[in-house]
Amino acid sequence: MDLSYSDEEKAFREEVRTFLAEKLPKDLQDKVAGTDGDGLTKDDMERWHAILNAQGWLVPNWPKKFGGAEWNAVQRHIFEEEAAAANAPRIVPFGFGMLAPVLQKFGSKEQNDYWLPRMLNGDDWWCQGYSEPGAGSDLASLKTTAIKNEEGTHYIVNGQKTWTTLGQHANMIFCLVRTDKDVKQQEGISFLLIDMNTPGIEVRPIILLDGAHEVNEVWFTDVKVPVENLVGEENKGWTYAKYLLTHERTNIAGVGFSQAGLNTVKRLARAEMSNGKPLIKNPYFAARVAQVEIDLSAMSTTNLRIISKAAAGEAPGVEASMLKVKGTIIRQEINDLARRAAGAYAMPFASEAVEGSNAGLPDPLGAGPVAAKYFNNRKLSIFGGSNEIQRGIIAKVSMGG
Amino acid sequence: MNFDLTEERQMLQDTLRRFLRERYDTATRNQILDSATGMSAEIWEQLAELGVIGALFTEEQGGFGGKGFDIAVVFEELGRAGVVEPFLDTAVLAGGLVADLGNADQLAHVEDIIGGACQMAFAHGEPTSRYDLNRVQTSAKMDGDDIVLNGHKAVVVNAEAAHFLVVSARESGQPGEDAGISLFVVPADTKGVTIQGYALLAGGRAAEVMLDDVRLPASARLGKPGEAFAAIEARVAAANVAQCAETLGAMETATRLTKDYLMTRKQFGRPIGTFQALAHRMSDLLIELEQARSAVINAAGHLEAGRKPREINISAAKNLMGRAGRLVAEDSIQMHGGIAMTQEYELAHIAKRITMADHRFGDTDYHLERFIDFAAA
Repeated sequence: MDLSYSDEEKAFREEVRTFLAEKLPKDLQDKVAGTDGDGLTKDDMERWHAILNAQGWLVPNWPKKFGGAEWNAVQRHIFEEEAAAANAPRIVPFGFGMLAPVLQKFGSKEQNDYWLPRMLNGDDWWCQGYSEPGAGSDLASLKTTAIKNEEGTHYIVNGQKTWTTLGQHANMIFCLVRTDKDVKQQEGISFLLIDMNTPGIEVRPIILLDGAHEVNEVWFTDVKVPVENLVGEENKGWTYAKYLLTHERTNIAGVGFSQAGLNTVKRLARAEMSNGKPLIKNPYFAARVAQVEIDLSAMSTTNLRIISKAAAGEAPGVEASMLKVKGTIIRQEINDLARRAAGAYAMPFASEAVEGSNAGLPDPLGAGPVAAKYFNNRKLSIFGGSNEIQRGIIAKVSMGG
Repeated sequence: MNFDLTEERQMLQDTLRRFLRERYDTATRNQILDSATGMSAEIWEQLAELGVIGALFTEEQGGFGGKGFDIAVVFEELGRAGVVEPFLDTAVLAGGLVADLGNADQLAHVEDIIGGACQMAFAHGEPTSRYDLNRVQTSAKMDGDDIVLNGHKAVVVNAEAAHFLVVSARESGQPGEDAGISLFVVPADTKGVTIQGYALLAGGRAAEVMLDDVRLPASARLGKPGEAFAAIEARVAAANVAQCAETLGAMETATRLTKDYLMTRKQFGRPIGTFQALAHRMSDLLIELEQARSAVINAAGHLEAGRKPREINISAAKNLMGRAGRLVAEDSIQMHGGIAMTQEYELAHIAKRITMADHRFGDTDYHLERFIDFAAA
């Protein structure tokens, strides 16, 4: 047992730190601080992608032959930790982290040659068309259909996708569609790449409970998709979807976000006075902070144990589900502490619906929109396979069901 | 023992529930939330006509209620429907202080409030006071026959709409001392009063209120100089009864919506409520809801008692509502899934309402500490 990083890993961390200090724009840093980057515009995100791409670090998970950095799991962890600590924007994952590995494994050479360079250059913005109103946790019950036309040149797509994150920025969407209704649900699904500018596609915003517009509904009415845009084989889409969901599981624990969030909570609680003493001295509040810190330090080690295994080539199994559950519980608890710390100043709200209301909310502690963040992050335990689904997986695997 | 409502209160509850069910749906509320004033003047007038405001004052004050259980009945219904209009601020807090302490001239405002014509706000909290009621720094100094106020009041709910602000200020002593705090009735358009408004996450609006050499006649003082603390604490206790009852009503709605959703939403070919993992969590919510109802009854039933039994039950209720409320809000959202994250779904507002109640008049931890202090005293 040795809990310290190797010299090589330490040197890598230094390299990452230097890069962030030199290349991370101050205005992006300020926007990300305390918000997880919710206020970033499309331009902001593309600017950061371009900076990373120039460094060769935009797609650390890709193999070198596709232009990736091919970092191992420990390197990726170090980068994510440093990036979170420096308030760097997250890399928008839909193309780079989700679609690309599927294309690289199951796509044709033509598809890889065409789509991957466009992705790196920022020519395409990808979003994900998985969930439907009737297919959430039970994703395989999806109903959006794709039927080949008589000429065999196009699929005609009809249906509705929902919870499409940042779909308002996207020009491309990768979709799970039903190509065969007469077989077992999982065996009639295909994986299609669809140009969002095709006639018959409509994107409608969904406003979340904190007023944020980050997800959308996408409607398809007789949308013509060239058959070349099928990935892999028809009716094998479920296999690709599962590969996508299990492949990119780094940073699922969100240790860096939690660490940054916990530091904010402590800063607020030292500054805020309650009953004549700093809030951090209130034994009940202090106990909450201490408990989450204890949980985080243990989970951080669990995370590293799994990362070490992954770096040694072992595929993470049920541990990914465990990290998802524990990681979201901890992050949500920290969001809860931050809103508590802000006291009455957690109540003001920059409503986008009321004109001019965004101007200067009072925030004497510099806490930021902590309550809005708390509500927004309720999504963490719902999306990407809800915590109930993850617990089901853990039980099934560990009890051999 | 009798836990039934009196006939009058039962009638009030029935009338109010029926009116709000018919008139205050999600779309109506979302329109109100998106409006510049954050409230509906029409709804305010109609509810005043129904006697909602009168029920919050005693007969001597010109109303027909005013006791803990009257307040609880009204606010449980307002919470159930997610009403965002500032009844708590105008009537229970500011109006209540005027009714408790006012002289004949000042009491005329209470009549206007009950009739629905007057809005008020209680400007008490300050940027550094957090939830402490005696940490008043705003100063009141005599200058000849005048009183001059200076200070900054934080997150004053309903300040923009208020015709009058009831402002607390210190005439002697130090922040953190009970003695030395006075109250003043300040017309909102008085020179030197600056109001910087904003929307609130749980609906309604508040403002930072700046007082710069606000000059008032001596007749603006409410009650005796330096002796307002006891009245403030008692009125905040009434506000806590109102707020806890409102949260209870909102929790009723959250659990009802969740129960309905669990029984109708199908995944894997069956209603999701048939999965034991969710069914047991639903049961826990229903258990906590009963606990919450009893905590509200304990608080309302002791509102007219002496200071210690009153405050111990208030802090107990606030602590329990904070814990049970968080569970109900978070688990209701979680068991719904994504749909509950959307602004247009009823639960979104209700869950915010439940959670943000913990940010007014002291949160779970604050009231745990306070409960221990009172219990030890």
